[in-house]
Amino acid sequence: MKLRFVEEKFFNLLMVVSTVLIVASLVAILVTVFIKGLPALRLSMITQVPKGGFYLGKEGGILNAILGSLYLAGGATVLAIFISLPIVIYFNVYAPERSVFVNLCRFSLDVLWGVPSIVFGAFGFTIMLFFGLRASLLGGIIAVALLILPVMSRAMDEVVKMVPRGLLEASYSLGATKLETSVKVVVRQALPGILTAVLVAFGRGIGDAASVIFTAGFTDSIPISLMRPAATLPLAIFFQLGTPFPEVQERAYASALVLTFMILVISIAARLLTKSFTKHVIK
Amino acid sequence: MGYDEQAQRNDNAKTGTSAMHLIRGLQDKLARISMLALACFAGLLVLLMALGLYLRSWPILESMPLMELLLSSSWHPLKGEFGLLPFLAGTVWVTGVSIVIAVPFSLLCAMYLAEYAPTRIREWVKPLVDLLAGIPSVVYGICGILIIVPLIKDYFAPLFGSFSTGYSVLAGGVVLAVMVFPIIIHVSLEVFASVPYEVREASLALGATRWQTTKKVVMRRAMPGILAAAVLGLSRAFGETMAVLMVAGNVARVPKSLLDPAYPLPALIANNYGEMMSVPLYDSALMLASLVLLLVVLFFNVLSRLILIRIERGIQ
Amino acid sequence: MEYKTHIRVRNLSVSYGKEQALKNVTVDLPEKKITAIIGPSGCGKTTLLKSFNRLIDSIDGIKVQGEVYLNGDNIYGPGIDVTHLRKKMGLLSQRPHPLPMSIYDNVAYGPRIHGIRKKRRLNEIVEHYLRESSLWDEVKDRLHTPASRLSVGQQQKLCLARGLAVEPQIILGDEPTSALDPNASQRIEKKFLQLKEKYTIIIVTHILRQAMRLADYVVFMYLGELIEHGPAQRVFKEPQEELTRGYIKGVII
Repeated sequence: MKLRFVEEKFFNLLMVVSTVLIVASLVAILVTVFIKGLPALRLSMITQVPKGGFYLGKEGGILNAILGSLYLAGGATVLAIFISLPIVIYFNVYAPERSVFVNLCRFSLDVLWGVPSIVFGAFGFTIMLFFGLRASLLGGIIAVALLILPVMSRAMDEVVKMVPRGLLEASYSLGATKLETSVKVVVRQALPGILTAVLVAFGRGIGDAASVIFTAGFTDSIPISLMRPAATLPLAIFFQLGTPFPEVQERAYASALVLTFMILVISIAARLLTKSFTKHVIK
Repeated sequence: MGYDEQAQRNDNAKTGTSAMHLIRGLQDKLARISMLALACFAGLLVLLMALGLYLRSWPILESMPLMELLLSSSWHPLKGEFGLLPFLAGTVWVTGVSIVIAVPFSLLCAMYLAEYAPTRIREWVKPLVDLLAGIPSVVYGICGILIIVPLIKDYFAPLFGSFSTGYSVLAGGVVLAVMVFPIIIHVSLEVFASVPYEVREASLALGATRWQTTKKVVMRRAMPGILAAAVLGLSRAFGETMAVLMVAGNVARVPKSLLDPAYPLPALIANNYGEMMSVPLYDSALMLASLVLLLVVLFFNVLSRLILIRIERGIQ
Repeated sequence: MEYKTHIRVRNLSVSYGKEQALKNVTVDLPEKKITAIIGPSGCGKTTLLKSFNRLIDSIDGIKVQGEVYLNGDNIYGPGIDVTHLRKKMGLLSQRPHPLPMSIYDNVAYGPRIHGIRKKRRLNEIVEHYLRESSLWDEVKDRLHTPASRLSVGQQQKLCLARGLAVEPQIILGDEPTSALDPNASQRIEKKFLQLKEKYTIIIVTHILRQAMRLADYVVFMYLGELIEHGPAQRVFKEPQEELTRGYIKGVII
């Protein structure tokens, strides 16, 4: 009789320890990046591009990679919106309820969500070879757009699914077509959730490195053309870390701090936006 | 009331025009067709990827038997030898270690959050776990290098009387474990939530303790879902690239112990893109590696998604 | 009393999968009168109502047989533009569903879709129909605030104004007062009595007293079949069918 209460206490303790450990690992990551990154962080790092000998420890910054990542993730996000939103509207407004086709598509997107980003990179690379493209901003945008497509579309799907049926009927009964209803009513009603989905996808796009190694290349200048290679922040961190010079490695830590900061801002913004765009939403 | 009857007649004339109806109808049809096309594209993307990678790996499949490629451990691209075994073994080792670490911890954590924790703690921990999922893998890699690798080199390896640089299977496994925590926790929480409350009440009413209830009733119900969660975590670990590339050591040999370096498949692909176009068949070998990765992950994912769909159906 | 027919239903059968929701319904509904469709829940009242503006089209696995004539045209015939048909009927649903936009934009939604762009004209329309549904005085100072902030009763009036703004001939009400408090219900009922001068009104209701207060014409449904229909006076005073009598007495619920 006593034993089961001991068992209860024991497992209860294990659970709390596991939870603390998992939260602690997050804290450890943030603290490490902060402690290691802050001393090496200079204003010049985020305002300058790499000068000659930057990877040997000389002057310069990683502005090229910051802007490159923003352009790349931004472009990919826009492209992914243009694919995701129509798909999601098709699933929830146009397609018949309980359509087998729609369920297959959802399943396929779920599976795609688990495909590693390096495979997206390799696939993006084969597409580029097919069209005769070289490693470029455009190539990176295509690969990352495909990478974030499942994240974005399934997240949007979940919120658009929640739009009440009666709202659609109200719009139809005024003589609106499905297209008009989708654009003016459905998207508006689901807007907070859609924005969250977009930001989450953007964050994933900014942080990913494996998909852009093949496709976007790397360069020391700020990207000015879709057809030229573009630097990205995660790759800049990786390359700086790969040098044998401690000064450069410290800059890698500082760059990681910048990247982590950007990701934190995006995820906090996602939470705040969700709250502030609910003005017109019907319950 | 002063409402303009003439204006209304004008409106009616205008809104009744068939040209406008025709245009609106046409827009709607056009939208339907293009949306359907995009949905088809998204639905077929997985197959498209497999096909694209298969076509690219065709040259090497044509010149060497598949079994030899997968089971040979001699990797010398310049001599035209492309044995993938060391990399497959490296991936299996690293993934195995990560799952062994991640499953118990994340399961206990999910159990705590779902069954025990007060609402306030749950509301705090869940966003933190989500945040963990959003951290870029390069940052995980850096933390691995700064925390895990020295820990293994200075404390763990000497403990067993052996030497290690720290860049090892174990380091890769630990870093991956932290990366898959959020996935397993997230999915397990949903699975636990799908167990009806009455089931717990019934057990508690019979005088079972909370842990007994969780273990015997909730866990039994949730077992398939937890399996699915673990498999999803496994497949994520299997394909993760940058973080393991940074901490696993990257020596193309089949690892024999936890402290040996490993060279997982994704790291191989990512590390060699520079030279791959200049050596014959090299790019094809890397594309084959990607294809293998894709197929293994697809298998795991399809499996766990099918389990999860069955659970979802069960609720309805 | 002679009625002018507005909607002519002929042998209408509707089924979802195996379940038959309407069985061979034939009835004529009078113009510029209030018709109440009554009957116990699950008897096909709402299906009949929504078959008039073809909102049932989008339901899974639906099969429609028979004809519904509006001004002599079969709305299930070939070459019918559904959006044009729906524009002729305003719908009030059980719970008000204001669109996720401002009060003004809610009323202007229909006219805008149907091609009216001029600001001045839209202003006129919005004011006119908000007055028509007796909401103007309550909202004229906050036309550009979200519709979701109105009370449920106000929301239902807004939905009425929104429906009227597309110049329908018919108002369809699907238990339009069921989500409202008694006061708000009463105001909506009063509105209906005024509106029947200009519009044909068809409401589904499960409140027998409401049907008695409002209806000129009554259609009684039971398990998907039309049991009895006729002028309200006659149906309520001297029902011909046993089932109708039972329902009116409250034996069948």
